[in-house]
Parts: sequence; structure tokens; C-alpha cells
Amino acid sequence: MSSDNAVLYDTPGPKAKARDRVFNVVFTIFFVGLGAWVLYTAYNRDIFNDRWNVLSNPGKGQSAYDLWVTSILFEGIWGTLKPVIIAIPIALALALVLTILRQSPYWIARVPARVITEIFRGIPVLLIMFFGVLGLNIDPLWAVVLGLVVYNMAVVAEILRAGIAALPSGQREAGLSIGLTPLQTMMRIQLPQAVRIMLPALISQIVVLLKDSSLGFIIGYSDLLKTGKDNYNYFGEPTTVVFILVISVIYIAINMSVSRLATYIEGRMRTKSKAAAGLKVGDKPDGPDGGVTAAGIGANTRTGDSTW
Amino acid sequence: MGVLIDNADLMWRAFTMTLWLSVAAGVLSFVWGVLLAAFRVSPIGPLRKFGSVYVSIFRNTPLTLLFLFLLVAAPPLLGLLVPLGVAMAILAMTLYTSTFVCEVVRSGINSVGVGQAEAARSLGLSFFQVLSQVVLPQAFRSVIPPLINVYIAHVKNTSVAAGFAVFELTASAQRLSNFNASDVVAIFAGIGLLYLVITIPMGLASQRIERKVAIAR
Repeated sequence: MSSDNAVLYDTPGPKAKARDRVFNVVFTIFFVGLGAWVLYTAYNRDIFNDRWNVLSNPGKGQSAYDLWVTSILFEGIWGTLKPVIIAIPIALALALVLTILRQSPYWIARVPARVITEIFRGIPVLLIMFFGVLGLNIDPLWAVVLGLVVYNMAVVAEILRAGIAALPSGQREAGLSIGLTPLQTMMRIQLPQAVRIMLPALISQIVVLLKDSSLGFIIGYSDLLKTGKDNYNYFGEPTTVVFILVISVIYIAINMSVSRLATYIEGRMRTKSKAAAGLKVGDKPDGPDGGVTAAGIGANTRTGDSTW
Repeated sequence: MGVLIDNADLMWRAFTMTLWLSVAAGVLSFVWGVLLAAFRVSPIGPLRKFGSVYVSIFRNTPLTLLFLFLLVAAPPLLGLLVPLGVAMAILAMTLYTSTFVCEVVRSGINSVGVGQAEAARSLGLSFFQVLSQVVLPQAFRSVIPPLINVYIAHVKNTSVAAGFAVFELTASAQRLSNFNASDVVAIFAGIGLLYLVITIPMGLASQRIERKVAIAR
């Protein structure tokens, strides 16, 4: 258990320990019982019959390879990833433009950027996708991309703006004072640091993109959900449960790994800056002549290295 | 423009449906989300485990898949027959949004000063008293802006219900453009505006409260 939580209750004494043990047992029994009951009623509804064979031996002229590789991997997973992969660079580029415009000294650039950000943050992605299909008559794939790009450029622009706001104002001032133009300061000093601070948030946003790409299912784009549906329609009604569970597991696995990546990078950034700080202090006593300065520079370079 | 005025009653119906979905699922997900957050910080291991498993499953499942699950997989698997339409939308959105409420509230709990909980404990308050009388009231203050952001996303997520037989704003945009192919841009602009009528004030409120809370802290 993490130390943040432990503060909410006393370190248990003998009495509390006994009580907690009772609670532990009661709730364990409750949740295990709940799970067992769900499985049991599912069993009574004949869920665990031969319908699961479809995963290893699909029949109906399809091999397991056809099902898993051709259908689920190349149509389903790839169908879900494709719009995300196309949308990410476009959304990032547009977000950069929006971010730069929003920091511009001229209101004629600032205000439209702000309005665009606010509008597209407030409109459902699905509505934009429907507009792509019904209004622009584009292919569902591009409608999905449109929805993802338009929404995420606004969100990423907000994330970057927050990152820039979080920087010490000395960064910008230093940039300007060494003769960089405001745009150069933005591109070379502020944005790189903002991206770094906000990296975990940016990666978490990929999970949102992955989840939102499933909205394509509603506008008729062929993604993982659609593949699942096609499969249970093809292999018959009893396999519905099987395929829904399979695609759920795939979605959860993909999204959880991306979330883990975000957490990992966040943690790594924290330990790295800590390590750099620790080195600075630790090196002071036994450093060579002028050790303080040397260690200080060393620590700074190290932080600099880990930045870019 | 004409098409929007001609269909004002239909759009009003769709607008109120979006509002109703947002509010009903919003209230339920708030209750369930706070409960989950309490589970996740409680001294009882199984509850913590349940909370974290629940959150990691439902957070990482797309809402569309949740709807589809309730529609086609829940009846045979769980014997749970949720009527298609508003009831299913409210259930799916509650299951989904509550995870975000839980995470926001939990981070709020962690942001309350350690001394607050320690002081409360030293007065002899129990876990529930510490949580409900001291920590949560303070946590909610700092949690309101991110919570509003969760609910902005929630309002926009009600659009998924359009794909599952609920006639709300996005479904109305779809239907109107099928009958008025020449006015599609106006229709989507109008419907988009109706969403903004809900979401932009929420965003402004969030910013304003954020500033207020930031100063008070």
C-alpha cells in the first residue's frame, strides 16, 4: 500500500488488525462469491460449451490463422490503429501551430487560435466524424481521422499551453535577452521543455485516441469492434460472447500498455531529476579541486542530456 | 438556416435528451465514482483490489465497446437484459465515467495536506469520519476543476448513445441531414453550437474555480 493512503487511518493495533482481518475475509468471500456466482449462472446458461472452439478451430471454411491473423490482426487491430497512426502526426503538427499562434503577440493570431481550440474541445468527436461522412462525403477512414485530428489538436494545444505556462518565466526572458526572436524562443526554448514536462499527458492522450477510434464503428468504419461483430455474425449467435470478450481483452491490453508506458516515463523522469540532484549533493565532499563547480556542471549536463 | 428553425421542436427534444443523459448518468457516476475512490484508499485490501481492477478495466475499454457489450454479450453472459435505449446509455455511461470520477477524487484525496488527516486521527476520528468529515470536503474543492473537465467529456460522450438507438443531439444531426442533404453544414453547425452551449460554460466555470482555489491555497 502506498504511503499516501496510510495517512488516512492509524497504524493498526491488535484490535484493529483483528477487525481488518475479519473485513478482509468477509470482502474476499464476497468478491470471490460474486465471481463464482457469475461464473455459475453463466455455466447454467451453457456459456462454457463448445462455442469457444471457434477460437482454435473456427470451421465454416476458416482456419485459426484466417481468424486470428487475417481477420482480427490485419482487419481489426490494424483497422483500429490505422486512423490513430495517421491522426497523431497531423494532430501534433496542427497543435504546434495552434500553440504558437496562441502565444503570439498579435491578437489577430491569438484570438482565432483560441476560438478554434475552444470550439473543437467542446464538440463530440462522433459529431465531427458524422460530419465527415454526411457533410464532406469522405471515406469513413478519413472521417475517423478527421474527428481524431480536429479534437486532439485542440487538446494537445491545451496540454502544450499548460506546459509552457508551467515553465519558469526566466526561460523565455533568457531566450529573448540573448537575442532570439519570440518565435525562436518558442521553438527552441519553450516548446522543447513544455513537450518534455507534458510527455506523460501526451502519451495518455494516445489512449484517448485509441478509444475514440472505436467511434468509427458507429459511422461504419471497419475497426476492431466491426471485426468482432463480423465474426460473430459469420460464426453464429452463440459466438457473440466469445468475440466480444476477445476484443475487450485486446482493447484493454493495448490501452493498458500505453498507460503503463506513460506512467513509466513519468516515473523515469522523476527519478532522473532526483538522481541528478542527488549527484550534485553527493559529489560535493569528495570531488577534486573545485569539486563543487565540477559536480554542479556535471549534474547539469546530465540533466541536459536526459532532456534531449 | 431554415432547416434548423423548421425542426426546432425535434432539436429541442434531442437537446433535452442529451441533457437528461448527462445529468442522470452524471449523478450516478458521481456516487459510484466517489464510492470507488473510497474503496481505493480504504484499509481493507479486497476493496482496494476491487477498486483498482474495476478502474483499470473500465477506463481502458472504449465506451462504444461497453454499449456493445451490454447489448449483445451481457444477456447470455450475465443474464442481464438491459433495455436498449436510454436505460442502456445511462448504465454504460455510469460504468465508464465513474472510473474517471474515481481517479480525480483519489488524486484530490492525495492532495489534501497530510497534517489534516493526522490531526483528524489524533482527535480519534475513525477512517470513515476522517474521510467524510475532514479529507473529502477539502478534496472536493481542489477536485472541482478537473471534475468539471471529466463531466465535459461525459457530456460529449453521450453522443455515443446515438449509435445505440437513443435520439439525442448527434442522432438528430444524422437524421436531419438524411432528410435535408443540402443543409448539412448548417445542421452540423447548429447541433455543434448546442453542444457548445453546454460545454463552454462548464469550461469557463472550471477555469474560474481553478483560479479561485489556486489563490485560496
